[in-house]
Amino acid sequence: MSDFPKPDELLSNIDRTPPQTDWMDTPVNIRKGMYCYAANPKSVAYTHLPFPHQWNPMDEDWKLPENWKEILHEGFKVRLERFRSFKLFMDICVRCGACADKCHFFIGTGDPKNMPVLRAELLRSIYRNDFTAAGKILGRLAGARPLTVEVLKELWYYFFQCTECRRCSIFCPYGIDTAEITMMARELFNLIGLNIDWIATPVANCYRTGNHLGIQPHAFKDMLDFFVDDLEEITGVRVEPNFNKKGADILFITPSGDVFADPGTYTCMGYLLLFHYLKEVYGLDVTWSTYASEGGNFGSFTSHEMMKRLNSKMYAEAKRLGVKWILGGECGHMWRVINQYMDTMNGPADFLEEPVSPITGTKFENAKSTKMVHLSEFTADLIKHGKLNLDPSRNDNLILTYHDSCNPSRGMGMFDEPRYVIQSVANNFYEMPPNTIREQTFCCGSGSGLNAGENMELRLTGGLPRANAVKHVHDKYGVNMLATICAIDRAALPTLMDYWVPGVGVTGVTEMVANALILPGERERTTNLRGEPLPGMEDE
Amino acid sequence: MKLDKLLSQHKTALVKRWFDEVVKTYPVDTARFLKQQKDPFANPVGRTTLNGLEAMFDVLETGVDREALNSFLDPIIRIRAIQDFTPSQATSFILFLKQIIRDTLGKEFQDPDVMASFLNFESRIDDLCLMAFDIYVKCREKLYQIQANEMRNTTFRAFQRAGLVKDVPDEDSPGLRLISPTKNGDCNK
Repeated sequence: MSDFPKPDELLSNIDRTPPQTDWMDTPVNIRKGMYCYAANPKSVAYTHLPFPHQWNPMDEDWKLPENWKEILHEGFKVRLERFRSFKLFMDICVRCGACADKCHFFIGTGDPKNMPVLRAELLRSIYRNDFTAAGKILGRLAGARPLTVEVLKELWYYFFQCTECRRCSIFCPYGIDTAEITMMARELFNLIGLNIDWIATPVANCYRTGNHLGIQPHAFKDMLDFFVDDLEEITGVRVEPNFNKKGADILFITPSGDVFADPGTYTCMGYLLLFHYLKEVYGLDVTWSTYASEGGNFGSFTSHEMMKRLNSKMYAEAKRLGVKWILGGECGHMWRVINQYMDTMNGPADFLEEPVSPITGTKFENAKSTKMVHLSEFTADLIKHGKLNLDPSRNDNLILTYHDSCNPSRGMGMFDEPRYVIQSVANNFYEMPPNTIREQTFCCGSGSGLNAGENMELRLTGGLPRANAVKHVHDKYGVNMLATICAIDRAALPTLMDYWVPGVGVTGVTEMVANALILPGERERTTNLRGEPLPGMEDE
Repeated sequence: MKLDKLLSQHKTALVKRWFDEVVKTYPVDTARFLKQQKDPFANPVGRTTLNGLEAMFDVLETGVDREALNSFLDPIIRIRAIQDFTPSQATSFILFLKQIIRDTLGKEFQDPDVMASFLNFESRIDDLCLMAFDIYVKCREKLYQIQANEMRNTTFRAFQRAGLVKDVPDEDSPGLRLISPTKNGDCNK
């Protein structure tokens, strides 16, 4: 018997002790489920980015160009000179830790290198080593370390565990925008061909065909035609969307995800119904474009140049069609690009008119220069002026909460308009706890090009804080539907709910608007846009 | 004194140590955060873990209500199943409780009644650990299932919408008979 180990000895064979070493001495452990596949070299080459090559993050050899260190050093230098903000963000952090526990990836994974301060420190250590006197002389004492292959792998691993959601930045007393540090890091990776495929291929598709999925114009039109058939079945009204119509009042642009991926497709059907209503009742002429068929801009996860390139397409199309201004759909980072970068990249769009709602006369002052108005703002204004005939009871089967998508909320300050719309078209609405909404909203965990399938553990851990708040209102109020105004949310949150809070669906806001909207000449509706019976119509 | 009385008397200390030990399975900086931040929405991992351990301890004291235990254990395992843990690392924290009780109440074990009750209590902990294993596997299965579903939804649904998918017709049409039947002659639609 004496040879038998004691129970606690057996248990101690399970090594559960995390590394006790300093972060600089803790080597990166690239784990499956936490990273996205490497970019397809064809996609990298198509957009003329350097060093397209086949590589695998799990391989020892990443097949880097011989002079990769020089390339990165030079790239770093150029960006420090070009972007004053980047230089500032590298210099001014005092490591107070205010941001440390605010990142959904840190909260969910428990990995200290996902504390925004430490994630940024991974890059700052290189900055100090290469560009500051203290770092050059004192080295590690001054928080500096040389760039090695191991360090590069660590940088790559963790800067693709940031969704650029900017939650940490609102807690920073200096206003350091960690998202912009991530953007810079990713620009640097792109200099040596280290993008991920979930970004590189949508970028190439968008650059070539106009949208992330590479849907060609005829297929794009076909998809909307399918929706038109479905809508006729549901409402008895035949909707007739315009495509590439020259001289239309407004060009409408939305993420292609709405056209192809459930449940975004129902939001897309919602757009079609709303525009039909506005045409019939007020004569508003809205056109879709099969060329500028993407609102999302994965260029913004690649480089400033790529962001500019993809953004310009929307404005080129608006110019070609001769519309007055652009209306944008329920998208996330499209709005960050429009609100924060467009004006100095491709603006001012002075060939367009300053947006005024032809129906209410409201001037959208905030869009004066970009000439692009958010659909939730536009719809809220219509409702406020009593311009929509609505029956909110059609949404009575829904007990709703609202997820502030990171970019429209923190990237453009839109908090109240979607809430106003939701509460005008539905009767049961409950907020999640205050430290999880509005400015402090938690990311879905899949933004900034990380909505792939292979990094599911990353997405689910990153989405835990959001899901945890949804679970709270689900348990407390019986919330069964999570509304949002971002296509990535609509794609990512159903999966998140499936794992963490089964029984909660995901919807776009315009889908609910369309369910409540009473069209002229419609027949009595028995189902919602999803083909599910309306409340009280279960037996029809 | 009987074991159940001892356990309820020392409950706060035992659960606190149990929680401390679980938290130590995370890196030092993370462990500090998990213990300090009391807001359940700012710290879902820490608070879910603590609440679960407390509730499970209460249930274990009174017996083995598997349904109740499952409801408290599931949220903890659901988190650990997708964090950076091996299966054993994700679930072994259940067994920590044995050693914690031995350390805290060891001197009471000279009473044969207490010892006998403790052995019985340890079996409940073993049972809980097996439940953790079940939940862990379910979570991993769920993970693979949702990965597969996502893939299906993004590709298959698009093909379907684009009219590229031809469903088997509802009625027994002549065309169906051309499809080779399975062994028992059924065409499993």
